[in-house]
Amino acid sequence: MDSALASERAVYLPGTVRTAVKLLVVGHFAVGKTTFVGSLSEIRPLRTEETMTQAGALVDDLAGSERKTTTTVAMDFGRLTLSDSLVLYLFGTPGQLRFTRLWKDMTQGAMGALVLADTRRLEQSFPVMSVLEEQGLPYAVAVNRFEGAPVFAEEEIREALDLLPETPLVVCDARNRISSTRALISLVQYLQSLHTRTPQENV
Amino acid sequence: MSPGRRERGLVRPYVVTDGRAYPTRNTFDLVTLVMAHPDRPLAGLSPEKRGVMELCLGGALSVAEVAGYLELPVSVTKVLLGDLVDSGHITTRSPIPPAELPETQLLQEVLDGLRARL
Repeated sequence: MDSALASERAVYLPGTVRTAVKLLVVGHFAVGKTTFVGSLSEIRPLRTEETMTQAGALVDDLAGSERKTTTTVAMDFGRLTLSDSLVLYLFGTPGQLRFTRLWKDMTQGAMGALVLADTRRLEQSFPVMSVLEEQGLPYAVAVNRFEGAPVFAEEEIREALDLLPETPLVVCDARNRISSTRALISLVQYLQSLHTRTPQENV
Repeated sequence: MSPGRRERGLVRPYVVTDGRAYPTRNTFDLVTLVMAHPDRPLAGLSPEKRGVMELCLGGALSVAEVAGYLELPVSVTKVLLGDLVDSGHITTRSPIPPAELPETQLLQEVLDGLRARL
């Protein structure tokens, strides 16, 4: 372990920071999660990995087979110090992590999630959205605009993704800090609206 | 892509943690902030715990960052940190539970902070 190197690379938090909060950035392979986290993070994004047994392995076990496939999944994360006392962590992760302790760690206490989507393969966003719904984690959707990707009207994308009317849908460029910040802002505004609206709805 | 990544050490994770898969305390969130006590002796600590201490003596970091910088799995990092809390080497600052700080207020602070970056 290069701990000396680690302390040289580390960017420490201001001593005044008292509160840390987290948001997830989720989406399928190559949708731009790492780019998005990298655009926003004040530190060079860090990565942790976890080895997981694939879902199919359970079936293999039941069949008495010795075959077990394991795969390594990675989580990239970044940090934004938002005030003297508050720091926001962004965890970028693929949905298949849900079978791991790392996923539990990430979702526990998370305020919400931003789902990144790609118009060339919208259907690949369904698994991650259903995982979030299972967990009751509120989310907004940001279409990461890739050059050459088809451009659809918002209504068409909503329909294709089967979004609830209240779920925010924005378009962003994950490479761009301002654009990515705006996407996060729409998520946080949505989370806020859930809090202010719930009491009346329960009446 | 990440420059610091290199081949995994020869030491298996369960050796690092003395065979334990769970920390002695269950209080670590990924964003729990940890700080090292500068006046605690490092003698007798395992190389991995010494690594945690050397990293954390520089200032406050989250559990996730400690794992990331030391290139250790989060589960292993939590075991090491748990021991170091028990031995008085590390103190933690947990994410503030919603009961203490209303989530609406927290969300407003997040929103203000994000808007200030535009």
